[in-house]
Amino acid sequence: MIKEYRTISEIVGPLMLVKNVTDVKYEELVEIELQTGEVRNGKVLEVNQDMALVQLFEGSSGINIEQSKVRFLGKGVEIALSEDMLGRVFDGQGRPIDGKEKILAEVTRDINGSPINPYARDYPNEFIQTGISTIDGLNTLVRGQKLPIFSGSGLPHNRMAAQIARQAKVLEKQGESLTKFAVVFSAMGITFEEAQFFIEDFQKTGAIERTVLFINLADDPAIERISTPRLALTTAEYLAFDKGMHVLVILTDMTNYCEALREISAARQEVPGRRGYPGYLYTDLSTIYERAGRIKGKEGSITQIPILTMPEDDKTHPIPDLTGYITEGQIVFSRDLHRNGIYPPVDVLQSLSRLKDKGIGKDKTREDHADVFNQLFACYAAGLEARELEAILGQAALSDMDKVYYRFAEEFEKRYINQGEYENRSIVETLDLSWELLKMIPKQELKRIRDEFIEKYLK
Amino acid sequence: MKTGKIIKVAGPLIIADGMSSANLFDVVRVSKLNLIGEIIEMRGDKASIQVYEETSGIGVGDPVYSTGYPLSVELGPGLVSKIYDGIQRPLDLIAAQSGDLVTRGVSVPAIDYEQKWHFIPAVNVNQQVFEGDIIGYVQETVILKHYIMIPPGINGKILSIKEGDFNVKETIAILKSEDGSEINVTMLQKWPVRKSRPYKTKKNPTEPMLTGQRVIDTFFPVAKGGTACVPGPFGSGKTVVQHQLAKWADAEVIVYVGCGERGNEMTDVLLEFPELKDPKSGEPLMKRTILIANTSNMPVAAREASVYTGITIAEYFRDMGYSVALMADSTSRWAEAMREMSGRLEEMPGEEGYPAYLGTRIAEFYERAGKVVTLGSQGKEGSLTVIGAVSPPGGDLSDPVVQATLRVVKVFWSLSSTLAYKRHFPAIDWLTSYTLYDNNIKDWLKKNVADEWSNIKIKAMSILQKESELEEIVRLVGLDALSPENRLFMDTAKSIREDYLHQNAFHEIDTYTSSRKSFNMLSIILYFHDEAMKLAQDNIPIRDIISQQVKDKIARMKYIEESQCDTILSIKNDIDREFKELREKYSA
Repeated sequence: MIKEYRTISEIVGPLMLVKNVTDVKYEELVEIELQTGEVRNGKVLEVNQDMALVQLFEGSSGINIEQSKVRFLGKGVEIALSEDMLGRVFDGQGRPIDGKEKILAEVTRDINGSPINPYARDYPNEFIQTGISTIDGLNTLVRGQKLPIFSGSGLPHNRMAAQIARQAKVLEKQGESLTKFAVVFSAMGITFEEAQFFIEDFQKTGAIERTVLFINLADDPAIERISTPRLALTTAEYLAFDKGMHVLVILTDMTNYCEALREISAARQEVPGRRGYPGYLYTDLSTIYERAGRIKGKEGSITQIPILTMPEDDKTHPIPDLTGYITEGQIVFSRDLHRNGIYPPVDVLQSLSRLKDKGIGKDKTREDHADVFNQLFACYAAGLEARELEAILGQAALSDMDKVYYRFAEEFEKRYINQGEYENRSIVETLDLSWELLKMIPKQELKRIRDEFIEKYLK
Repeated sequence: MKTGKIIKVAGPLIIADGMSSANLFDVVRVSKLNLIGEIIEMRGDKASIQVYEETSGIGVGDPVYSTGYPLSVELGPGLVSKIYDGIQRPLDLIAAQSGDLVTRGVSVPAIDYEQKWHFIPAVNVNQQVFEGDIIGYVQETVILKHYIMIPPGINGKILSIKEGDFNVKETIAILKSEDGSEINVTMLQKWPVRKSRPYKTKKNPTEPMLTGQRVIDTFFPVAKGGTACVPGPFGSGKTVVQHQLAKWADAEVIVYVGCGERGNEMTDVLLEFPELKDPKSGEPLMKRTILIANTSNMPVAAREASVYTGITIAEYFRDMGYSVALMADSTSRWAEAMREMSGRLEEMPGEEGYPAYLGTRIAEFYERAGKVVTLGSQGKEGSLTVIGAVSPPGGDLSDPVVQATLRVVKVFWSLSSTLAYKRHFPAIDWLTSYTLYDNNIKDWLKKNVADEWSNIKIKAMSILQKESELEEIVRLVGLDALSPENRLFMDTAKSIREDYLHQNAFHEIDTYTSSRKSFNMLSIILYFHDEAMKLAQDNIPIRDIISQQVKDKIARMKYIEESQCDTILSIKNDIDREFKELREKYSA
């Protein structure tokens, strides 16, 4: 039996204290009925003897201490799941906002999920071709990976995320049936225009049919954002591990999520960690990011692309810092490249995909891939060093070799990094382009490539 | 047994009253779900309990049962090749019992009680044995004999002992103690994780733990029984370094603790280690490895316990007389788990919110490493080497965890993001890293690798040091402004960096280099330097000297197979020939 209480004693920010309660459980879902009849949700953050501390999902305005009613529902926060969710748009709490009917649940699941047993995981090693050279060639994405984009305000991360969603595919192997592919999109605190950009792009390309969108806009309650990515990931897990689909999850913008977390932590008067973020930010983020992966014996997979805008482009800010410690690499955007008109403005030296080594090479991309990217990195780094030198001392100070690298860096940025928003380069095209650029470098300087490949590919 | 009742739940911390009969640090079972927890504070009859599993759905009034034992690990045959969670529950059994996800309240034995092992005695009836003595062994894996020891605190005369197939709970020997009572000895021991296992004496480490990683073995070796730390920002290759050490370190047993790190990384180890062959025995590396995996999304309190679980298992193998290496990746996550629990206990925070006892805990942990003479009359020597990764926020070494660690460890491998951006791996910065074991292991290296070893190494380091001084000047006035000698220094330093220190962990040959091959490689680079210096002093243009064909051969030395590693020395002849030709060209 569900009991109703009228014993709210305190409301501070997003937190509410209810007194004289019995049999309340930690993390239990709470319903608050306002005097107007409006029903809001929350969850139990702490129980202490006969008091329950409740976190409100939709803000506290309008709640009356004396007249509002509180019900504890005896279960955690859950979401109704079904394959019909594909093509639908939901709000940050999982309610449909596209004017269509409610989802008939095939199953309902707790949105917090459970950690995947490392023993049951399968290692991500299937190459995903995104058609973007800087990713495919240098920071290869594989199925089951979590690869965030570290961007800044005003940079084209949304365009690139949409391009990945549009172009991502797995190279067909012979005898393999066509794989089912889906996108789950979770927007946290982004503007209406940004959300509209994704919806329109998905509609234009027909991708909307295989997409589930969860949208929490900038003017929606901030604390609602805490559940949005979890709803999205629970949906993704259902599609991937129950329905055998390969799911790409885009989470944007994680910075807004973390700020919401800080808001709650501040309201609870917890001891803050760095920059006012709670000490458990790492643990909390990991419960989101670690929900990517593959499971042995299951067909589907979850690949995550979280997007975050680095405050002041500072990579050591706690949000990108802790993200980088959990995710398997990062794609970092550079404002300088963006100013030079290069799209996507990927800072190649700072970006990294930790899982690339297992996803490339013979039978996956091409045998020379690993050596080629090592060599490209080395040459581009040398080119940037030469550029720095040139800025201080002028062209005259460069040695002949420096000049070669200097020119290489220019060409590399113009032809390799730079590509069209609708240009879909195959991995072979990307690798061939690499060899074409490497022609600029004297052969004996190509120390990172095995001789056999130099003979075979350097034409 | 008395049962307590919960009065408060706040995340992984619960408070229960009616617990006056329980001891501090006892393991408790929480609610009907049987969640595992540990008492970390007592006030009156109120116990603060950290729960090793997710606490959602737990409420006020739920029961708490004390087991009366502290958090312990079970030690005996069946440990090796296993993967455990932070409190020694085998993840494969959890998967068999509850599926792909880690669910709550699972109760599985840490080692298989049913499996039979063939026990071969090593002592005779009527022999007097003491605590820690080996009384026999079990061939646990192809490469590892699991010695069965008399548990600490037991001495006596053997009444009976027999060869045969036993499971870990069956009696393999009966002792008669001094007071006349009979003691049954089984192969199973239990030990509380927060207490270090006893030994007779500690000794100074004298032998290096070779790792097959050139930068480590050459410049910053760690001794068997020593301690090392690897701090670095994300993306600088901490985990790859730790994995490389777990793969190639010449220890007999490896314990790898994945503490609050990525799930996929543990899977990588799980899938890769059975495939990789130990360079010495040719057997799969997994046969000497024990994994503890508590990934970042698994409960935070179990993360706190995982390093203790790991080190207690490591100590047990040390007591058998083995050289054991423990890798903990990453100790920052462990410290953060402490911080989180401390915050929930509303303790007064120290630096950056970490508890004030952070430094003490870290020091206690690293002090459990060492080279020891074990208990018992047999005078066995075992060693436990501890290597901890640290993940400071933003790579900032002033982080309290880094600072507390540096106060106790003897080897510091500083990972630099600058090197990582240049894709120079392992990104161990040779200018800031250090080792304090140089003197301890000098004699061993002299005897076992080469007389010249320490000279060569000092020389190479001084060239790298010189490069960093010259770099300043180059940045201001350009490379051409340097004297020919200094140009040569710059070139040799580049060669040391690129042809020697740079090592590709994913290249089938380059991933492991023996100390003999390292020595050959480095001597060739320095031989080239010395010969080239003579030419430079004779006014032969530096540009010609450093662009010789043989440079190409030097660059490819690292790809020469171990079995052919002495062919490297023949490059000396190539150097001589080419320089001779060069000299003739200019004298003509």
